[in-house]
Amino acid sequence: MKETIFNIGYDLITKEIPRGSRVLDLGCGDGELLAELKRKKRIEGFGIEISPESVGIALSKGVFACQADIDEGLSDYKDNSFDYVILNQTIQNTKRPEYVLREIMRIGTRVIISFPNFSHILIRMNLFFRGKMPKTKSLPYEWYDTPNIHMLSIKDFRTFCRQKGFSIEKEINFNTNINNSTSSKKILLPNLFAMYGLFVLKKD
Amino acid sequence: MKYLHTYSFAETTPFLLSCGKTLSNVNVAYETWGTLNTDKTNAILIFHAFTGSSHAARHYEKDNEGWWETYVGSGKAFDTDKYFIICANVLGSCYGSTGPSSLNPKTGKPYALNFPFITIRDMNSAIKNLTDHLQISRFLAVAGGSMGGMLALDWSIAYPNSTKSAIVLAASHSQPAQAIAFHQVGRQAILQDPSWKKGNYYGSEEIPRLGLSLARMIGHITYLSEKKMHEKFGRKLQDKAELSFGFDYEFQVESYLRYQGHKFVDRFDANSYLYLTRAIDYFDIRIDHGEGSLFSAFEKSKCDYLMLSYSTDWLYPPENMKQMANTLRGCGRRVVYLDIDTDNGHDSFLIDNQVMFAAVKNFLSQEIDTTENNV
Repeated sequence: MKETIFNIGYDLITKEIPRGSRVLDLGCGDGELLAELKRKKRIEGFGIEISPESVGIALSKGVFACQADIDEGLSDYKDNSFDYVILNQTIQNTKRPEYVLREIMRIGTRVIISFPNFSHILIRMNLFFRGKMPKTKSLPYEWYDTPNIHMLSIKDFRTFCRQKGFSIEKEINFNTNINNSTSSKKILLPNLFAMYGLFVLKKD
Repeated sequence: MKYLHTYSFAETTPFLLSCGKTLSNVNVAYETWGTLNTDKTNAILIFHAFTGSSHAARHYEKDNEGWWETYVGSGKAFDTDKYFIICANVLGSCYGSTGPSSLNPKTGKPYALNFPFITIRDMNSAIKNLTDHLQISRFLAVAGGSMGGMLALDWSIAYPNSTKSAIVLAASHSQPAQAIAFHQVGRQAILQDPSWKKGNYYGSEEIPRLGLSLARMIGHITYLSEKKMHEKFGRKLQDKAELSFGFDYEFQVESYLRYQGHKFVDRFDANSYLYLTRAIDYFDIRIDHGEGSLFSAFEKSKCDYLMLSYSTDWLYPPENMKQMANTLRGCGRRVVYLDIDTDNGHDSFLIDNQVMFAAVKNFLSQEIDTTENNV
């Protein structure tokens, strides 16, 4: 029997998004999240993705995606074009995270952003005891080939939102099971023990 | 050729063109593939490129090869088992539709330079007359590459209710300066050929062979890429081992171009070359439809778009297509945009490519699967 592999945070994001929403997924990969949202929530979905192969696969799932760089491909969208803009496991890959955040807060009514927490205990121990750039399940890359150029912690993101005036509507901290599905266990001290943070930001 | 149909119009009311002049007794040559379904939701309109014809694909096994054989046919991207496909020869061309080589009904002689100047807009108006006659009010998709892509863009904006989607390949929202420049050089080659005789060469033995073949040689360079040319020919000599210290065709690339030029003269009309290149030069959807703004032009469209650019296309560089895709997204249209990595230059849209094949096929499936909501 084939083991089901879940995609990180998909279940949480799907829960957040109301039926029939207009959704933009940045770094949509092969369109799986949008396809799932289309099936389960009847959303109208759009994607942006840098890899042409992924855009092609997304299309085969009926997902409309454009090959573009998130760091430059947003300026043409009008204010409030989307009910939700999703930035799932992608903010740490962007060249200009602050610019991207401002842009998506402009074009979306709500923003869902989820990222690996760099101050997780395993990462801290990795760096502390091994003295090397951390390599974990959520951060599997070598320092020289990682797409993660702007790592952050859950605490960092809270501070960032406060300083830049983005209001956090909801914060979910989570760990994943072995098959990537979201673990239902409660997390104390999330900045230390949560592998991922998920925030819903709302325009004031 | 039983499959080549001709629709004639403007027999009583003249056909008004963008330049202000009119044409009477206009012919539009066209071919069709597949079967139109009962609710008429599976029709696709294909536009050919600059020197193409209505013959996009074979109709039977021993038929002549079509210009889009790789993509049009049973089980192919434009699947003739699933879709009803129409391809019409454009106005101004020389493959059955009215053009400078056609007889002027007023004089009984070929139009030659009395043929009025035409635009991409006019070509579509003529084809719209045909599709109205065929009683197809809404296409599943309109599609084309290069000039065909320009026609698809124009159609999607000019007749927003008459297509559900547009497939735009290797095209541009306006003819770029460099492409105008190459066209001008090509036209000068024809205009300066003594055999051109101010366009009045029809019926004579002497036609502007040199000018037209030179124009094609220049054009052909712009359709390839530096990399492809290097790979295909390098610095190899044609049928010799040593340099000959002469000006004749010596390198393989030279001889290839000469062959392309010669082959072309036998199949294309020099005056059509002049008129069609001019029509392409004048193309600018920002001016034609948006008072100078790309955004305003695209706001008039309603359809979904599949846009493909090709990494080594230097005639219509990918940046231009990307800008269109971004603007369309800004207008709220559903757009799929892909820049296909290939060495084949501008001609890529005519050449077998798996990414392009899958993109077109999947896009059309998606469009037909969502059709019931849109009728």
